[in-house]
Amino acid sequence: MIRGARSMAAATMAVAVAAGCGSDGGGSATTERTEKVTLSLVTYDSFPTEGTSLNTALAEFTETSGFDVRIVVAGDAGTMVTKAELTAGNPEGDVMWGVDNTLLSRAVEADVFTAHASSELGAVDPELTALVPGHEVTPVDYGDVCVNYDIAWFAERGLDPPATLRDLVEPKYRDLLVVENPGSSSPGLAFLLATVAELGEDEWQSYWADLRENGVEVVDSWNSAYYERFSGSSGAGPRPLVVSYGSSPPAEVLFADPPRDDAPTAVIASTCFRQVEFAGVLRGTDHPAQARALVDFLAGHRFQSEVALNLFVYPARTDVQLPEEFTTFSVVPDDPLTLDPAAIAEHREEWVDEWTQIVLR
Amino acid sequence: MDADRAALSRPAVNAPPRSLRIALAAVPVAFLALFYVWPLTTLLGRFLNVDAVVDALNRPGLARTAWFTLWQALVSTALTLALGLAPAFLLGRWEFRGRRVLRALVTVPFLLPTVVVGAAFVSLLPDALVGTPTAVIAAHVFFNIAVVVRVVGALWERLPPDLDAAARTLGAPPVQVWRQVTLPLLRPALVSSSIVVFLFTFTSFGAVQILGGSEHPTIEVEVARRALQLGDVSGSAVLAVLQLVVLGAVIAIAARLQRRARVPLARDVAPRRRPVTRRQRLALAGGTLLTAAVVAAPLVALALSSFRIGGHWTFAAWTDLGETEIRPGLGLGVDAAGSILRSLRAAALATAASVVVGALASSAIAVARQHGRLLDIGLMLPLATSGVTIGLGMLITFDRAPVDWRGEPWLVALGHALVAAPFVVRTILPVLTARPAEWLDAAATLGATPSRAWWEIDVARLRRPLVVAAAFAAAISLGEFGATTLLSRSGRETVPVAIARLLGRAGDIPRAQAFVLATMLAVVTTALILVVDSFDRESGGEHASA
Repeated sequence: MIRGARSMAAATMAVAVAAGCGSDGGGSATTERTEKVTLSLVTYDSFPTEGTSLNTALAEFTETSGFDVRIVVAGDAGTMVTKAELTAGNPEGDVMWGVDNTLLSRAVEADVFTAHASSELGAVDPELTALVPGHEVTPVDYGDVCVNYDIAWFAERGLDPPATLRDLVEPKYRDLLVVENPGSSSPGLAFLLATVAELGEDEWQSYWADLRENGVEVVDSWNSAYYERFSGSSGAGPRPLVVSYGSSPPAEVLFADPPRDDAPTAVIASTCFRQVEFAGVLRGTDHPAQARALVDFLAGHRFQSEVALNLFVYPARTDVQLPEEFTTFSVVPDDPLTLDPAAIAEHREEWVDEWTQIVLR
Repeated sequence: MDADRAALSRPAVNAPPRSLRIALAAVPVAFLALFYVWPLTTLLGRFLNVDAVVDALNRPGLARTAWFTLWQALVSTALTLALGLAPAFLLGRWEFRGRRVLRALVTVPFLLPTVVVGAAFVSLLPDALVGTPTAVIAAHVFFNIAVVVRVVGALWERLPPDLDAAARTLGAPPVQVWRQVTLPLLRPALVSSSIVVFLFTFTSFGAVQILGGSEHPTIEVEVARRALQLGDVSGSAVLAVLQLVVLGAVIAIAARLQRRARVPLARDVAPRRRPVTRRQRLALAGGTLLTAAVVAAPLVALALSSFRIGGHWTFAAWTDLGETEIRPGLGLGVDAAGSILRSLRAAALATAASVVVGALASSAIAVARQHGRLLDIGLMLPLATSGVTIGLGMLITFDRAPVDWRGEPWLVALGHALVAAPFVVRTILPVLTARPAEWLDAAATLGATPSRAWWEIDVARLRRPLVVAAAFAAAISLGEFGATTLLSRSGRETVPVAIARLLGRAGDIPRAQAFVLATMLAVVTTALILVVDSFDRESGGEHASA
């Protein structure tokens, strides 16, 4: 009873505060210093919540704008978007970071975001901004999902690593590849989309049948694939080919102990599928002006300089200098595979179900 | 047998008053209605429809998934029960050096986040087994053996030892004593623990994902996959209902079995035997070592992984933990001590909530006898319901004032309590229902009011199972089970969240640090169990001398 009464009081207070902000919500973000606004940044679970330079940058935002930023971890990217769809219009926070191009159409169709043309768009790679002409979200970073290989494994056997997707079905690469289930893993889905993009909507099925014939192993998560089944990671699994990220080789260098100056793994550039991540103002936020300011900050130079080393992705801005390890050990393919987000949204479920029938049954 | 059942269904003459029964049941019923029934019905009401049912039932692979889910759960349960009995016997009946450490050790796998122990388990399995049902079943036995050891052990140590001694004196061979005396006496705990293990393995998620590869999904895995990755909440809801219907039936049948069990229990823990003969010592040492080895191997592998970076041994992951920078500008932002404290704090809240709810519910079930069965079944249902479904239900139910609770940290704790409460009931109820109704009559004859008789007879005997139950509840909270993994969290990380973040990264150091955190969690939880168990022993001692 007492607890109920107390949370009633708390809820009433929250409503009062929200109403108070709403009344002067029209004022510009910088003049609105009277009320301490807390913005909730909804994000995926690999986003650090404290103690990194990314968090330092967010603290600087708080200092200059006066708005506190609370990080709300919603789960992996797919979970985050499903939850955003269910709560569209009454969101769990004010701004979302990390919806990617394989999930974007789903979120946009569910009317999760409020359009906002960021003041920082001029500095963002035009190829990325072209993906969202309606400005529902702002591109903030990109990366690639590629087949990675264990350099030493191939060197020891005098075998050339595969160079293309087609090579992977050759008998000499039998039983060497481990991939993630596209039904449960976001890199797994990206790799399925890579094969659709490369081989076409009618050919990818037979390619996967051949891959299966050639002993492809499927696991449910990136973590299992990379650490438990891949020979090039510290988990030292049995297989020298894995679907992972374009930034995995530099991560292997940066997080090596003792420090090393050459990467143990490398990327097969022609297999890369481009993943672009976006940030956007969630429709139904109590603080639209402040939320827009936060999105601008996330796309701004200060924050963008921190994403490479903290999230292992490339900044969407073109004017940010990348750390050396990053440029040395990762390959940014000139012409990565992509698919139209709308086509992905339309066919994702059908392709995944079809894939499941071909590869797992 | 029939007379026996009649005696049970007839309320005892001196049963506790109706007002007491209602008061006891009010809290658990309200808790269940608010945090389980409401979110679940909200979600199903919004997403369940005829089209979705037709689609789901026609989707290829459903029968296969359902069959795999069922048979692996049956086999896992049978094996867990079979393999758990020996340690339960050792721990419940014998006194030996290292007994408490062994008991704590057996419990640890149950406590740790599945993703971590799963990884350690994979590193131990022969390569050919990874991705097979065998691996899944082995992991299920390893994870759940604690349930059998703890629940059966708690009853076993209360069985009057003179019963089997008497049977032996009368010339019954050991096998016959086991079949005709011990086994029937243990039945409530056997049913209790196997139903819990069955529910857990039927709805298994993490172990199946990590060890089963992608070719053997359970229904629970499909529920999550459809809702979270494909955004098909309706299709997911159909599967969740299918699972709930099957398991609801199983629970109802088990509840029937449970009601019929009735065991004369010792007032207190029976004195445990010390090994006397050389043979007993050897058998005991062998059993202890074997159990310890089986349980400890993955834990040792886990700890070793934290000292192994890039193929060599090092303390780097330990010494670097909490460093802001591993290289200039590069940090992982791990606050080990802080995250463990936060996990423990959340666990304390979840434990308190589930013990209150579970204890009140058990008492209500025990005194209400017939109507109690409904509450008993009701409390078990959250275990039979997909965590994804409850989690998403909470998200869309507690989203507006005055119930805008979805971002509240305590909702996570109550979510844990939802999963833990049935464990509390399963641990306490066998002890309570085993109390003959005549004891209350006897108390009344001696002049006690019905309420006082209930307090003196039922509540006083609860202290020990309550401690066991609390340990389970804390474990469930620390290891992050069920719906709570679906709730969004703000603020600083708990251990499982930090581990998940680190394991999502490429590179040697993040992975090793994840294992450091997991090792620390294992050590802290082992210590916690030892403390809880020692408190239990002290209070038991006072009790005996009083």
